[in-house]
Amino acid sequence: MKKFTTFNKLSIILGFSFLYIPIILLVIYSFNESRLVTVWAGFSTKWYGELLQNQGIVGAAVITLKVAFLASTLATILGTMAGFAMARFGHFRGRTLFNGMIYAPLVMPEVITGLSLLLMFVAISFNRGMWTITLAHTTFAMCYVAVVIQSRLTSFDRSIEEAAMDLGCTPLKTFFVITLPIIMPAVVSGWLLSFTLSLDDLVIASFTTGPGATTLPMKIYSMVRLGVTPEINAVSTIMVGLVASGVVVASFLHKRSEARIAKAEVMAGNAP
Amino acid sequence: MGGEVTKSRKVWAPWNEADAKPFVRIENVTKKFGSFTAIDNVTLDIYEREFFSLLGPSGCGKTTLLRMLAGFETPTSGRVIIDGEDMSTVPPHKRPVNMMFQSYALFPHMTVEQNIAFGLKQDRMAKDEITERVGKMLKLVRMEKMAKRKPDQLSGGQKQRVALARSLAKKPKILLLDEPLGALDKKLREETQFELVNIQETLGITFVIVTHDQEEAMTVSSRIAVMDHGYVAQIASPGEIYEYPNSRQVAEFIGDVNIIEGQITEIRSDSATIKIKGTDVPVETGRSVNATADEWVWVAIRPEKMIISLDAPKNGSINCIAGKVMDIGYLGKLSVYHVRMEDGQIIIVTQTNRMRETERTITWDDLVHVSWSPDAAVVLLS
Ligand SMILES: Nc1ncnc2c1ncn2[C@@H]1O[C@H](COP(=O)(O)OP(=O)(O)OP(=O)(O)O)[C@@H](O)[C@H]1O
Ligand SMILES: [Mg+2]
Repeated sequence: MKKFTTFNKLSIILGFSFLYIPIILLVIYSFNESRLVTVWAGFSTKWYGELLQNQGIVGAAVITLKVAFLASTLATILGTMAGFAMARFGHFRGRTLFNGMIYAPLVMPEVITGLSLLLMFVAISFNRGMWTITLAHTTFAMCYVAVVIQSRLTSFDRSIEEAAMDLGCTPLKTFFVITLPIIMPAVVSGWLLSFTLSLDDLVIASFTTGPGATTLPMKIYSMVRLGVTPEINAVSTIMVGLVASGVVVASFLHKRSEARIAKAEVMAGNAP
Repeated sequence: MGGEVTKSRKVWAPWNEADAKPFVRIENVTKKFGSFTAIDNVTLDIYEREFFSLLGPSGCGKTTLLRMLAGFETPTSGRVIIDGEDMSTVPPHKRPVNMMFQSYALFPHMTVEQNIAFGLKQDRMAKDEITERVGKMLKLVRMEKMAKRKPDQLSGGQKQRVALARSLAKKPKILLLDEPLGALDKKLREETQFELVNIQETLGITFVIVTHDQEEAMTVSSRIAVMDHGYVAQIASPGEIYEYPNSRQVAEFIGDVNIIEGQITEIRSDSATIKIKGTDVPVETGRSVNATADEWVWVAIRPEKMIISLDAPKNGSINCIAGKVMDIGYLGKLSVYHVRMEDGQIIIVTQTNRMRETERTITWDDLVHVSWSPDAAVVLLS
């Protein structure tokens, strides 16, 4: 490895501080004894206890988790199917366009995604609430899953599936007993990714929600407008913890499955 | 079938019997990928219990042909018939064939045992029957001790044996093997070749094997189909392919050969005479030739069928050319001589090294005579 020069060290320290100091401050102040956000008055976990008493926050948390769970599950099913189709349907006319269309929602401004979904729900006069948020989250999380699955399948040795069919397994059954178990780490990592994306989202949820369905980010946002409280810091800290562990586990699964593929290829002696 | 073998000492060669029914029939099959023709109007028959090899250079369509038998590719035109049944519309999972893949294609998330049991489970075989069959297969490929391992805990040779066991477990009518020994080192490869032949004879299954290793094909096959650029150049037994290739391309692909151009001077019912290009040397062959007088042809002679000597042989007027030794390779039991003919062409001659004190050894720049018997020369028209 190359040695760190002073300049490199400085850049890293600056960059990481810029990224993480706000979050670290938030975490620290969530353990503050005092109600005043900016004055440190000793360590305490009382705000976490108080959170549980706050009906509004607990209710929002429940809705958020429900939405995240449903949306990520749906997104994983649909995204896996889409990714599979993209990876498998060889070369057809308009494939590049199709491929691009899968990626597009990833870079689309959230405001636009949210607005278009809202327009659609209004147009079909769908009662807005938890379900509309769930559907909206499913839509955009699905793209991420599709991308993860597609990239996993490009390195998938198809002769394994052919071997299964050759031994008398129908194509559909082959998908469930051979393909799916082998790409499971990618599927799980897609699910975790969707879950954290859904937990995070404020903009799309705000557009597509209806009366009675407030997610945690929405709740926090509205509370902050009345002033930052240590409770908000505590809720946020929990969310940061959840999201961070989701992302870490997802990337760990991804790494591990890639390492395993690489190892298998070396062992088989047919590494490219 | 078994009875027939003991009844007579006749060589087993159903392809020479007019009334023998082929087990697999590939009939005018063409396969195109877009505008590229991978298989070009191939017709061939494979008989029950054969060990049939597809041999040819890389990219000539061997795998494609095998995949059409397994059902992973459909012919663009033509038919594939297995055991009297047209397979055109039968999907892979319903065909009575099993395939051993070039990459082994073991299921990475299953143990060795589960891999072998997979095909049997698809047939809904009873549990204890599966256990018994798996045990037999493990024993056959000598992998009993590894039953509980996952594929990534096996060596290349062990994987290959598991793949073989898995494809044999269902006792298919036909086993297709795509370069099954490609990933093995030479020693293991030779051992496994004999193992394959043993297994094939024990189980009586028809084997169709793809290889680009001509020695392997010669060792194991009942017949070989030599392929090139999507067509079949020759189908014959290993001996016949080696002794009587039907074209320069086949002759050159299988073993070493000297090919000399010449012009036919005379054709008789059981022999022919050819004059070597640029000389007056007449070549006599032991078989008649299906050509016309004055036609240009090629004479193929294997290096080990030629004799090199310092003195002209007794009947040195035919089947004998003079030349100068350019190079000698000593290979222990063999010596390889490179002899330059008058017109510059190099002839390769191999001789077994029988020490004879009385004879002077041949060295560089010696003027020598290279001769051969009429049986050794094969006339090729293309
Ligand atoms: N799915 C495909 N699409 C397009 N071309 C293909 C496809 N499969 C094979 N080919 C082409 O068909 C030809 C024959 O391929 P095939 O795999 O049968 O060769 P092979 O004889 O098995 O060669 P090797 O000894 O290298 O395995 C090759 O030129 C290959 O590029
Ligand atoms: Mg091949």
